[in-house]
Amino acid sequence: MPLLYTQNLRREFGGVVAVSDVSIEIFKNTITGIIGPNGAGKTTLFNTITGLDYPTGGFVFFKGEDIIPLPAYQITRKGIARTFQNIRLFKEMTVFENVMIGRHFRGNHPKFTSNKYLNFIMGRIFVAREERDIYFNSLKWLEFFDLLNVRDEYAKNLPYGKQRELEIARALATEPDMLFLDEPAAGMNPQETEELMGTIKKIRDLGITVVLIEHDMKLVMNICDKIIVLNYGRKIAEETPDDVQNNPEVIEAYLGKSDE
Amino acid sequence: MLNFILLIIIYIGIYAIAGIGLNLIVGYTGLLSLCQAAFIAIGAYTTAIFMTALHFGFFEAMLLSGLVAAIFGILIGIPTLRLKGDYLAIATLGFGEIVKNIIVNWDSVTKGPMGINGIPGPQAFGITFSAIDKVPWAVLIWAILAFCYYFVRRIVRSRIGRALEAIREDEIAASAMGINTAKYKIGAFTTGAFMAGIAGSLFAAYNQSVAPLTFDFMMSIMILCMAVLGGLGNNFATVVGVIIIVIASEIPRLVGISHIIPPQINQVIFGLILVLMMIYRPQGIIGRVKLNYAKIIKEEILHLEK
Amino acid sequence: MNLFNLPHTELLQHLINGLTLGAIYSLIALGYTMVYGILKFINFAHGEILMLGAYAGYFLYYFLCEGSQTGGFAIIAFVISLIFAMLISSFLGVIIERIAYRPLRKAPRLAPLLSAIGVSIILMNLAALFFGTKSRKFDYPFDNTALQLGNISVTPNQIMILIVGIILMASLKLFIDKTRLGKAMRATSQNQAVASLMGINVNFIISLTFAIGSALAAVAGIFMSMEFKLYPTMGQMAGLKAFIAAVVGGIGNISGAMLGGILLGLLETFGVVIIGIPQGLKDTIAFSVLIIILLFRPSGLLMKNIREKV
Repeated sequence: MPLLYTQNLRREFGGVVAVSDVSIEIFKNTITGIIGPNGAGKTTLFNTITGLDYPTGGFVFFKGEDIIPLPAYQITRKGIARTFQNIRLFKEMTVFENVMIGRHFRGNHPKFTSNKYLNFIMGRIFVAREERDIYFNSLKWLEFFDLLNVRDEYAKNLPYGKQRELEIARALATEPDMLFLDEPAAGMNPQETEELMGTIKKIRDLGITVVLIEHDMKLVMNICDKIIVLNYGRKIAEETPDDVQNNPEVIEAYLGKSDE
Repeated sequence: MLNFILLIIIYIGIYAIAGIGLNLIVGYTGLLSLCQAAFIAIGAYTTAIFMTALHFGFFEAMLLSGLVAAIFGILIGIPTLRLKGDYLAIATLGFGEIVKNIIVNWDSVTKGPMGINGIPGPQAFGITFSAIDKVPWAVLIWAILAFCYYFVRRIVRSRIGRALEAIREDEIAASAMGINTAKYKIGAFTTGAFMAGIAGSLFAAYNQSVAPLTFDFMMSIMILCMAVLGGLGNNFATVVGVIIIVIASEIPRLVGISHIIPPQINQVIFGLILVLMMIYRPQGIIGRVKLNYAKIIKEEILHLEK
Repeated sequence: MNLFNLPHTELLQHLINGLTLGAIYSLIALGYTMVYGILKFINFAHGEILMLGAYAGYFLYYFLCEGSQTGGFAIIAFVISLIFAMLISSFLGVIIERIAYRPLRKAPRLAPLLSAIGVSIILMNLAALFFGTKSRKFDYPFDNTALQLGNISVTPNQIMILIVGIILMASLKLFIDKTRLGKAMRATSQNQAVASLMGINVNFIISLTFAIGSALAAVAGIFMSMEFKLYPTMGQMAGLKAFIAAVVGGIGNISGAMLGGILLGLLETFGVVIIGIPQGLKDTIAFSVLIIILLFRPSGLLMKNIREKV
């Protein structure tokens, strides 16, 4: 059974159909690329799956459970983390704090201290344990992305590429089963993109299923196990990179109809 | 002279309690609330009514004041969850006006514009708190302030504080990080209101009277100014802001020129503080401090584990 | 008293009173809505611009005809004072934007809002310092004996407020919909960056918006000081209510502000006479309306609900 699948997922804005009856399947431990021309509905598809937007029809099943009724924060807690196309870091917080936020609901604390006010009365010891867990776990992710030396910088002061990495680190800190990356290579130079490809593979090797929207074809074709192509909100292909490259409908969507 | 210094210390304590509460709402969570005076009024009137009409003891009345203010904090917090920035500010301002109007018009309970007089001085620890001896008041108020300060410090130095700041920075990203933003926004509002209620209760009991016009929009602005002047999102800075503004507004009385200076001057200064701080130093005099987690973990947490 | 035993002439009477009040609210609300449309923030000092405009008009009028006159010269003096008030307010609006808002255009949202609150408090208290806190009354330049139309009495002042209000609002609507500058304003409110790429001088358009909004506020201020009173804090409550009117109509929407103002005026008048809300709680009506509207239709009556773009 796929880890996540959608059935006829649909999102309309007024009369405009942004996502039109899209059914996709994503299997565990794979890297899936979502491509398509601008305005094809890729980000809207992401948003409806991760709960930041609501679909006007269809279903999303994650680990066999319908997650459409859940608010965004609940979906994250179920194990779906994401990044944003236009980087949304907590700008006036430090790099370290950004990652610590990711561990917000994963503190390894006894059940009864999850209540913040009780914690105060129950004494510092439980908060201390929770904080320690958050601290060391966040350190791990900073190390993974080589962000340790800038951990006390404000997020807004990082260079662009580092900000993208920090956003991924923050998402990974939630210990997701699935990671949705919205254009992770946007604005990166070829060398940074190269490193990113390695990073994404490493993330997959940690047992995390990756779904990414990307315009960089080299990246997509190199690391994805499967590619989903959207055009005008419709899914026009869901196949291996090799097949996609030879799919006439996909070529047409990208290059326009050839005059035969 | 000593009496005068004690008076300043007492007022600093009361405003600092309300200011720390407001800082939690505005500075940490980023919700602009313009009704802190209304929560203070609710606290003050709860204490006044329960101590005069129902003969409650002071400490029961004080806790009750905090709770009633907190309940109103929830009431105003829930509808404003859907509001952003400016809208929220206006809604809280409207709430403040409603509270003031109700207090002025509900004669049978609040005695209308006249206010309530003759609130008895509390008795505790074998001491009677009276208007003449200010020392016990100063000690009591600063003890409560210390408690509130520690309480908020514990909140903001845990994952709750980080969640509040995340909401301030980017609510959508915060919810994508698994933070229940609604819960924390209401939580911040309620906690801030509770502290304002306590401050109001102390205000009423210390003055032994309450009058509705004390708790107007200008009082909310003054408290906001204190937090902005010191630095939003930093409790220590808020207390510094309170100290500066209380001393500055009492100095004319100390040097005996208060009758020459019209009260409006104070408020013009508050206005100037807001404008100039926003343009030239939006982070406040002290500003926000970066927490050194490595140090916190080492000093406060690892040794506790033993 | 309730709706059913109220004679319909009396109903009509309240309708006229409500419309007059509503026209004043609408004029003020336009300023809020125009500024919000372009800068996406509430100009808290708008009420004080209104108040200072009213004082400017008041002092010029009394300088010109030493008060308590009626007749031809007084009317000319009144018109001159009205225009003077509009100019002073426009000037103030533009200056305030330059000093207190423009440096903060790229700052976090809280900053311009706090700055605006600061400006509002400064102006209110300076006015109290210089003009005193006592209320004044702007005398009518004409004979204000009520005209009897059947059983309804309408004062010439009310007629003037309604007519001038309608003319000003209609011309504003025409200006924004039909002229090049109006189009530039609409473009700027849609997207400042793109508008500036299209050759629109965004700073000029913003100043113009403040100027127009403030001029309308000055007119409202003078009407208020004729119909009611003139005092340093008059702008605070009037401003708040007009802002609520703008929210009711859908902030950023010109027609919405007019509609919202009229609705609020009617609601306050009828709230007191029909539902029997005590006079002292009259202001509470507006704020309750605000909270209800924000809960159920947060983008106002005339606007579509918009979700934040992710």
